[in-house]
Amino acid sequence: MQKTDLYLLKYGEIALKGLNRPKFEQKLIDNVNSALAPLGKFSVKKAQSTIYVEALDEDIDGIETVERLKKVFGIVNICPATRCEKGMDSIKETAARCVLGMDYEGKSFKVETKREDKRFPLKSPEISREVGGAVLRAVNKAGGKIKVDVHDPDILVQVEIRDSAYIVADIISGAGGMPIGSGGRAALLLSGGIDSPVAGWMIAKRGVTLDAVYFHSPPYTSERAKDKVVDLAKILSSYTRGIRLYSVPFTDIQLDIIDNCPKNMLTIIMRRIMMRIAEKIAVKNGDMALVTGESIGQVASQTMEALYCTDAAAGMPVFRPCIGMDKEEITAISKKIGAYETSIQPYEDCCTIFVPKHPKTKPRLDEIIEAEKSLTDIETMIEKAIEGAEIINIK
Amino acid sequence: MEVYLDNSATTKPYGEVCAAVFDTMSGNYGNPSSLHSLGIEAERAVKTAKEQVASAIKAAPGEIIFTSGGTESDNLALLGAAAASRGRHMITTPLEHPAIMSVLPELRAKGYKIDFAPVDENGCVKLDAYEKMIRPDTFLVSAMLVNNEIGTVEPVAEMASILKRKNPRALFHTDAVQGFGKVPIDVRKTPIDMISISSHKIHGPKGMGALYIRKGTGIKPIIHGGGQQGNIRSGTENVPGIVGFGAAAKLASQDLEKKAERMATLRKRLENGVRQLDNIRVNTPENCAPHILNVSFGGVRSEVLLHSLEMQKIFVSSGSACSSHKKEPSYVLTEIGVPRKMIDGSIRFSLSEFTTAEQIDETIQAVNKIVPRLRRLNMR
Repeated sequence: MQKTDLYLLKYGEIALKGLNRPKFEQKLIDNVNSALAPLGKFSVKKAQSTIYVEALDEDIDGIETVERLKKVFGIVNICPATRCEKGMDSIKETAARCVLGMDYEGKSFKVETKREDKRFPLKSPEISREVGGAVLRAVNKAGGKIKVDVHDPDILVQVEIRDSAYIVADIISGAGGMPIGSGGRAALLLSGGIDSPVAGWMIAKRGVTLDAVYFHSPPYTSERAKDKVVDLAKILSSYTRGIRLYSVPFTDIQLDIIDNCPKNMLTIIMRRIMMRIAEKIAVKNGDMALVTGESIGQVASQTMEALYCTDAAAGMPVFRPCIGMDKEEITAISKKIGAYETSIQPYEDCCTIFVPKHPKTKPRLDEIIEAEKSLTDIETMIEKAIEGAEIINIK
Repeated sequence: MEVYLDNSATTKPYGEVCAAVFDTMSGNYGNPSSLHSLGIEAERAVKTAKEQVASAIKAAPGEIIFTSGGTESDNLALLGAAAASRGRHMITTPLEHPAIMSVLPELRAKGYKIDFAPVDENGCVKLDAYEKMIRPDTFLVSAMLVNNEIGTVEPVAEMASILKRKNPRALFHTDAVQGFGKVPIDVRKTPIDMISISSHKIHGPKGMGALYIRKGTGIKPIIHGGGQQGNIRSGTENVPGIVGFGAAAKLASQDLEKKAERMATLRKRLENGVRQLDNIRVNTPENCAPHILNVSFGGVRSEVLLHSLEMQKIFVSSGSACSSHKKEPSYVLTEIGVPRKMIDGSIRFSLSEFTTAEQIDETIQAVNKIVPRLRRLNMR
């Protein structure tokens, strides 16, 4: 492999923004900086709709650098680049070495040149031609096969002439989306399952900063279930540049529901109270929406009727990005973001422990509200739960 | 007060063991195979420990092979005996630990035929049926000494004698991980050829175990390397672990009968205490080890009861710690005929020589208070 001197980060959607564009770009630069800071010193600069990331310390782990960049929302492509002297000999030699370091056998390629430095003696098409010839010769000399295809090449070799010359032969897909911090703030109801981390990831991808709310019901849920949620928050946090996780003690409220409400309505009432607690926590943090992993019809508490009742408990918008997805689709994202292995650990969460034998699949809101009247001073219990919440700041 | 009643999962190490491990790690770091004096010093420490472990089961030091624990000992016994023998038939029981059970598919794949000796409602092997299973090509019988989930003491001495009478060439192995340090073992009195034991169940360090292999019994190694321990178990000896194991074996076997009697009394006291509740099932039979009590509480989920007790600093196990990674019901409780609903509410209390009467009384009180409360909320 050719040694990478710097990374060119290409961003898509942000480039389309109008007057706000510098703000989005600055957010993206900040996020790149914070994602890479633990690895050492980097220079992160912006020029011509590209962010240039250069490692300043020796011995920075290149593989880890790319892994981290792949998790920064707002980046569409990551192009590892090799720097060389601004002369044709050196450009040709470097480009040839880059291609020789790749899996080129039998493939097609094309050279594209961007000449920012107009003082450079050759024009872009001439540079491309000469470099292309050099690549062909080098591959032939090495006994390999490669052909030119200017329309649909397998390998695109980019030459950029600026302060120095840069050669890019590889393009790595980034996470896409919008930079975290550019899209406001929301509170995610995070259980230990597969869906809620995916929902959080999807909303965060749109640039939204996340807080997370978890409901802990000792002794009905174990400390391991809580550790699992912390682990999931950490996985999410690698994309979201930190998460504030609230672990809300929920046992007393659950027991009160069980004691005072009809059994077939337990789950709906429980979820409505979760919404109310999450909303209060959201307001405290300046969040303007709630996020859940619900998907229509997945379980009894996620039928259209049940969602109607749950939704009515919240005053702020509730985003449910998984709502129209099948379990397989949600699972695929869960695997992609690295949450799946953690999500499937078999610890029960507070939603599964008190599942009645025959939950109401078509609850009516008026019935539910009537049943909730039997609860013991729920306002005070909600306040107490929020006061008792443990706040875990995940970096 | 912390009440630790999960001693079948693991035990709190003796203070002397911790000190011995620390001292060995810091002061005696040589490799027993090295020719220089540091090596000799380490080798001597291993030798002393070997004597201590051997004498706990009245064996000779040369009959002890140190391993990484009970699981490796069981694997070595089964796979090692199979590789060294021409027989194609093996007998075991349906209640064995996963360290035995999970080796069986591998043996089956190699063409061995495996039969399970039936057990009665107490989990005890039925000797008549077992005797009929022994064939001329039986090369191994493996039966546990004490069941890790319910505490049944299996008639391994009788089983070994029957085997030797019907097929003297066949080997007898016992997994004594739960029995060692609780039930007296004397290899001079029983024709058992191999015994698996573990250090952390007798207040020693984790990651340490041993396999007793009777002199003259040929088995093949399953780990290959530098030829340590007579080439039966290669790998540089875990000297600190071995020294800790030796110290633990020595301490655990001192006054064993007196300690066992005391544990049995406390165990019975706990049993009587929980029997005050209705709708329970004591899964541990009369003929049991002194330290295990398995009880099913109807209408209660064991995990919830476990965590409720934990909130009062009482630590127990649901079924068996080794199988709490899985969601399937305990195969041991299923085998002895415990109904599925009762299995879901089963708790294993396991005592040690450090357990006190106060701790037992506190546990009885807690269980009697918590179980009715949980039953009120149960909706399954």
